[in-house]
Amino acid sequence: MNTMTKPATYELRLYVAGQTAKSLSAFANLQRICETHLAGQYRIEIIDLLKTPQLAAGDQIFALPTLVRRLPKPIKKIIGDLSNEERVLVGLDVRAASD
Amino acid sequence: MPKRIHPLATTGILKVPTGITGLDEITGGGLPAGRPTLVCGSAGSGKTMLATEFLVRGAEEFGEPGVFMMFEENAAELTANVRSLGFDLDRLVKRKKIALDHVHIERSEIEETGEYDLEGLFIRLGHAIDAIGAKRVVLDTVEALFAGLPNHAILRAELRRLFRWLKDRGMTAIITGEKGEGNAITRYGLEEYVADCVITLDHRVTEQVSIRRLRVLKYRGSAHGTNEYPFLIGERGFSVLPITSLRLDYAAPAERLSTGIARLDEMLGGQGVFRGSSVLVSGAPGTGKSSIGAKFTEAACRRGERALLFAYEESSAQILRNMRSIGIDLSPWMKKGLLQIHASRPALSGLEQHLVLMHDTVRTFRPAVVVVDPISNLTLERSEAEVKPTLMRLIDFLKQQQITSLFISLTTGGSGTSAPEDSQVGVSSLMDTWLLLRNVEFNGERNRLIYVLKSRGMLHSNQVREFVLSDAGIALVDVYLGADRVLTGTARVAQAAHERSATELRREDHERKLRQLAARRKAIEAQIAALQAEGEAEEAEVKFAIAQETLQKETTQQNSAAMAQLRGGSKGGKGQTKGKR
Repeated sequence: MNTMTKPATYELRLYVAGQTAKSLSAFANLQRICETHLAGQYRIEIIDLLKTPQLAAGDQIFALPTLVRRLPKPIKKIIGDLSNEERVLVGLDVRAASD
Repeated sequence: MPKRIHPLATTGILKVPTGITGLDEITGGGLPAGRPTLVCGSAGSGKTMLATEFLVRGAEEFGEPGVFMMFEENAAELTANVRSLGFDLDRLVKRKKIALDHVHIERSEIEETGEYDLEGLFIRLGHAIDAIGAKRVVLDTVEALFAGLPNHAILRAELRRLFRWLKDRGMTAIITGEKGEGNAITRYGLEEYVADCVITLDHRVTEQVSIRRLRVLKYRGSAHGTNEYPFLIGERGFSVLPITSLRLDYAAPAERLSTGIARLDEMLGGQGVFRGSSVLVSGAPGTGKSSIGAKFTEAACRRGERALLFAYEESSAQILRNMRSIGIDLSPWMKKGLLQIHASRPALSGLEQHLVLMHDTVRTFRPAVVVVDPISNLTLERSEAEVKPTLMRLIDFLKQQQITSLFISLTTGGSGTSAPEDSQVGVSSLMDTWLLLRNVEFNGERNRLIYVLKSRGMLHSNQVREFVLSDAGIALVDVYLGADRVLTGTARVAQAAHERSATELRREDHERKLRQLAARRKAIEAQIAALQAEGEAEEAEVKFAIAQETLQKETTQQNSAAMAQLRGGSKGGKGQTKGKR
């Protein structure tokens, strides 16, 4: 878990299943993107479904890894290892798709 | 249903019963154990219902909890939808017999970037399975993923892995799939991954009547019925109507049942029909077929047996009223619960649907006698080739249950001149006893005739009887036979009266003749007596005369002697004697 001291405008959850290559790269990609574009305005919560499988249904998780933007509303989901920075930023509404 | 080894049962593959009426018979025991089965069909064909019943029966009857993973409806919708089938999912969920998980995929809120897999789905499924110790799984319908996820390459690989995973976990699963275009079994080719067992459901509308059909397309490692079987989604769930006439192995009881009409029983070897046999009553409109049916049910109720009447022409209130008019009161039997009347419009559903419904009703009510009034309405707009096998299934089913059935059929050849037998050739061969009712029009009135066309296994009368309906009930009356014709109705009564008066006249004539004879004899006797009397009188007169003459002679002699004595023999004495006389 990685919590910033400043009030977070972006509340993000990353769902993974254990320490797989995909989950590790997704986490690394996410951290990098957030530090670059959302420094100080985000909070990331990592949920390992192998440990807490009961949490999968709540956020309607079926693909892994899945990044869920809990805040700001509406809820957004990005599935995959977040390797395409451009699409992650579009998915998080940080940058408009046309930019 | 009696538990017996189905002819299709094989020993090769382990099967799990679905508990769905008829389906286990077709598949020879159920679905392949520990393997996925694909159930596909178009929208509204009943895939979800079949899958739900599979889980519910598994949980309730076979001690196998199940997970229902749904991709389209949510849990509340599904629970509400299957409540109409009598399934209480809420209760089963609370008792941890069934777990529901709704996988909701909202395309608009999902972005794809980079590598991913469907491990989340596996984890959810695995979690639900572990939570209740599930043995059964339903995925309804996994194809929704194709619409939600643009990367079909990943999806297909993951589905293959999912089905493999289900097998490894030993789950007996039903995967539903939407019917594809043209000849494709499913829209996204799911059959490629689920190869063990494929069942297709179909919902067709012919002649504005909907018919549901089920077919086992494929069953690896097992024999199975390959036909299309009609099925019904009724009040008690799914019901498939298997063909039961693969073998003719039902028992043939020797017990006889009264038809409720004594004279009719008399025509049927004196004892009525065999228990468990099928009786066809056919005839033109208004010949009294329904009355025989009603009497038949009443007779069963009087014996304390349950009777079931399927009415396709009249409502049950109408039947009760009409039958009361001929002295058959059915309402007390209904109140006692011995009689059930199921009235519906034949066009409400297809023939198969009706038959499935009949099966269901017969199974729950367990009657001794079933009357269908009439079957001809069920066969409306249907070719005989189609009707006969379906009817055969019903009759076989009833015979196996040793239920005596009476089928009423309207003949199309209405008048007495055409042969009403012709319109029944198709179904009559399935029947053990065939009663034919006919209208006879003669002398300005119409009368009913009844005869026994056939009755297997018993002596039966070859005589025609007149069938008389009155407020006193049903009566069979001997017709007037003679003078080269059959007389019925008033003609019969008139003829009888005529004969009666003729006899009377003759009798009076005889009496009169006898009386005349007697009188004449008396007269002769009187004459004889008179003549005798006359003779006697004459005789008496003659005797008197003789006596007188004799006396005179004697007197004369005495006088002469005296005169002679007095005169001493002179002539004068003669004259004196004369004068004295």
